Amino acid sequence: MTRLHVQLAAIAALACLALAPVVLSPFSITLMNYIGIYSLVAIGLALLTGVGGIVSFGQAAFVGIAAYATAWVSALNGQSPWLGLLFGVVLTCGVAAVLGVVTLRLQGHFLSLSTVAWGLAIGFLFGNVDGLGRFNGISSIPPISLGSFALVSSAQIYYLIWGIVALVLLLGYNLLDSRLGRAMRALRGGNTLVESLGINAFRIKLVTFVIAAFLASLSGWLYAHMSRFISPGPFDASMGIEYLMMTMVGGAGSLLGGVVGAAIVTLLKNSVQDYLPLIAKGASGQLEIVAFSALFILFLQWARQGIVPSIARYLPKIRRERPQPAPPLPRRPQPTPGELLLKVDGAERRFGGLIAVNNVSFEVRSGEILAVIGPNGAGKSTMFNCLTGALRVSKGEIAFAGRSITRDPQSRIAKAGVARTFQHVKLRPRMSLLENVMLGTYSRTSSGLLAGAFRLNQREEASARHEALMQLERVGLGDKPFELAGNLPLGNQRILEIARALAADPALLVLDEPAAGLRRQEKVRLAELLRSLRADHLTILIVEHDMEFVMSLVDRIVVLDFGSKLCEGIPSAIRSDERVQEAYLGGVA
Amino acid sequence: MTSDIAAILAIDGIATGAVYALVAIGTVLIFTVTRVIFIPFGDIAAFTALTLAALDAKRFPGTGALVVVLACLATLIEIISLIRNGDIRLLPRALLFYLAIPLAVVGIAWLAMRTDPPLAVRLVLALMLITPIAPLLDRIVFRPIADGTVLLLLTVSVALHFALVGLGLLFFGPEGVRTEPLTSFSTEFAGVLISGQTMLIVIAALVFSGLLYLFFDFTLVGKSLRATAVNRTGSRLMGIRPARAGTIAYLLGSLMAGVSGILIAPVNTVFYDSGFLIGLKAFVGAIVGGMTSYPGAAIGAVGVGILESFASFQSSALKDVIVFSLLIPILIWRSLASLHSEEEIEE
Repeated sequence: MTRLHVQLAAIAALACLALAPVVLSPFSITLMNYIGIYSLVAIGLALLTGVGGIVSFGQAAFVGIAAYATAWVSALNGQSPWLGLLFGVVLTCGVAAVLGVVTLRLQGHFLSLSTVAWGLAIGFLFGNVDGLGRFNGISSIPPISLGSFALVSSAQIYYLIWGIVALVLLLGYNLLDSRLGRAMRALRGGNTLVESLGINAFRIKLVTFVIAAFLASLSGWLYAHMSRFISPGPFDASMGIEYLMMTMVGGAGSLLGGVVGAAIVTLLKNSVQDYLPLIAKGASGQLEIVAFSALFILFLQWARQGIVPSIARYLPKIRRERPQPAPPLPRRPQPTPGELLLKVDGAERRFGGLIAVNNVSFEVRSGEILAVIGPNGAGKSTMFNCLTGALRVSKGEIAFAGRSITRDPQSRIAKAGVARTFQHVKLRPRMSLLENVMLGTYSRTSSGLLAGAFRLNQREEASARHEALMQLERVGLGDKPFELAGNLPLGNQRILEIARALAADPALLVLDEPAAGLRRQEKVRLAELLRSLRADHLTILIVEHDMEFVMSLVDRIVVLDFGSKLCEGIPSAIRSDERVQEAYLGGVA
Repeated sequence: MTSDIAAILAIDGIATGAVYALVAIGTVLIFTVTRVIFIPFGDIAAFTALTLAALDAKRFPGTGALVVVLACLATLIEIISLIRNGDIRLLPRALLFYLAIPLAVVGIAWLAMRTDPPLAVRLVLALMLITPIAPLLDRIVFRPIADGTVLLLLTVSVALHFALVGLGLLFFGPEGVRTEPLTSFSTEFAGVLISGQTMLIVIAALVFSGLLYLFFDFTLVGKSLRATAVNRTGSRLMGIRPARAGTIAYLLGSLMAGVSGILIAPVNTVFYDSGFLIGLKAFVGAIVGGMTSYPGAAIGAVGVGILESFASFQSSALKDVIVFSLLIPILIWRSLASLHSEEEIEE
């Protein structure tokens, strides 16, 4: 399947949608309108939950804010629905931004619980505010007009709704395939990797959150002017859960899944309403929610992935062309060989009473490979985390390229030119090798939300793609750039992490136990690669356990033991040092 | 607001909070053992009140039918999973636990009903009828996805709550109930009238949390539950079955929820859907305790009760808005207070 096939399928789908009002009954069209309106929320939620990993139970509240805002503007104050749209979108996004700033730093299920909290609180608010009709709602909301043409019937507003849905899908997929979109997709799986790439995870989460709220506000606006009447009911907590259901049924990671999920849930609800009375007379109202919840639970038990990803597995893969040569991305000024690059001065890190790193000082000069070694529990990983900003030192100073980075967050240190790899490989297994490496170029590129959504970023994207391919070729993984990263064996995953780090054009490459878990052949290949990088004047700091690997590779070694620096020197000197032998092998009795 | 009113509101709040505390402790119990945030505990509490009211009115409560339906479903699922795993020899055991015992409970309750039992027996019957529900739901709903993420379990739990609300309407009908007070005793303390019911609620909350403490610290089963909570794999290696620990946790939890339902029924009118807010507010209390500490959960729940009492005095329409808005600062405080290792989300 090529890109052309995908485009043809999209055009065919659009043609079917355009012809639907001619073929289908008015009732079916109304149903389609609801599907379209719900789809917008579900697409936003797919972006938020499936792509960004933020589960929100509160999207219905955003829909409600926009619906009430436009109803207040148009029905109660007699202004145009278009003014209502503006007011609704601004208000919803504003509320979302405030909520996001307050809650998005929360971790894991705390964050989801906070969405339950504000979802409920806002939901209760609609029915209890004077001037918004309380539980009676607001009626006689005017229809949307294009010039003097009012969209009154369901077939008329149908084109507006589905036009917006199609546009949102197009822009959404563009966005996901851009610099910002890749950062969003990297959110799932934890902040450490994202921050280490120079990406401000909180900012990306906030942007994703506001985009989802924006889509919900579009949905609320359309809902208010289609049904011409609103009450608190459709925006309460249970509707918030229903939106989440739609997203999960469709497949949380897929935007198209939002549309499919909205369609399935809406049609299912409709048919449950139709058929349940036939099975159990008089009990339809109660059984509806029971049947519906039961189906949802069954679904989560049997197909957690969702429908679209399950089907997509059986479709032929889209054939992609290898990236073409493009103008290179700007490079940072590299330090002159031999210059002082990293200076650690009296670093100390305490965990309560335990001193994990105790008064350690060392320097890294440009162009060398330095190893920090030590037996288990020597404080290597803690030292490493302090260097990269994952932990703060309790005392002491760390300076990089002449500037103190002691108090800098991870993303700032990364931007300054320190690129790292992880002991436990952190890749995004569902992204291709090329995309994983492109994540590394984040801090070297600059295109934002609109440039991504409207594809105004093509020059920069081409350069970033080409850069990523070059780095893949440099480490020897250039033959299958579109393979999924999760399919690689561990040794190659480690190498891929190095390619990703190289794509950031670092001044210092910091490797956390790169040889751990590798087979002998893989270690040899890794050592070769690191030597070739040194030949390119790259400075490398390795924290490593494997003596053999280190001894034959590095220029200098710093030995840690029980948190303190034991000694420092060239490999042969370290090898013959008695204190080191004692630390590793135990003292001679 | 005079100090008299404040005192009345405070006492009212403590009583409400004590009810939430029982449910909150159950929520923490289930969460620590199974990682499920069991939102439907509020529904269990409400169903207990409805069951008791039906028993008082000499009707056989819908709970019986609910238990029978759930028992049959659970048995069916258990049999299928046993056949799939080739563990047919465990069949008699499964039939005993998932079919015979729940049906026997319903049978006993049905027979006891005919003798027109006194209040104490009715209370026991109500608790007996309610306790099998959560363990059976665990078997039907949560066991197949026990390895899922906390978020998946939470999503399922929320869906389950909606199913239960629907079932509640089906089995209990839309009428609200208010049972007779358990005691008509009342006393005056520092110029404020305190009803016996209020005292009973607080005492029951204290006694049951105390019993739970003893259970966890001084019995082997209690210790095995704690072990499961800390490390499922490790406790499995020690011969503790997490599934069994889960069942015990659900039984205990629903007992707590049942007691809270009995205590709240004479104070508030309870409807089939009253459980949601009870459960959520208890849950807010549990979060104050970080979802792991029993005293923390109890204190948090009482705090929610007092807050709600004062909020409803200020603006009864907006009391729920106030309670849930305040959850956000609490969550932020909890999230900052607890040290996280990075939770890796499955991809």
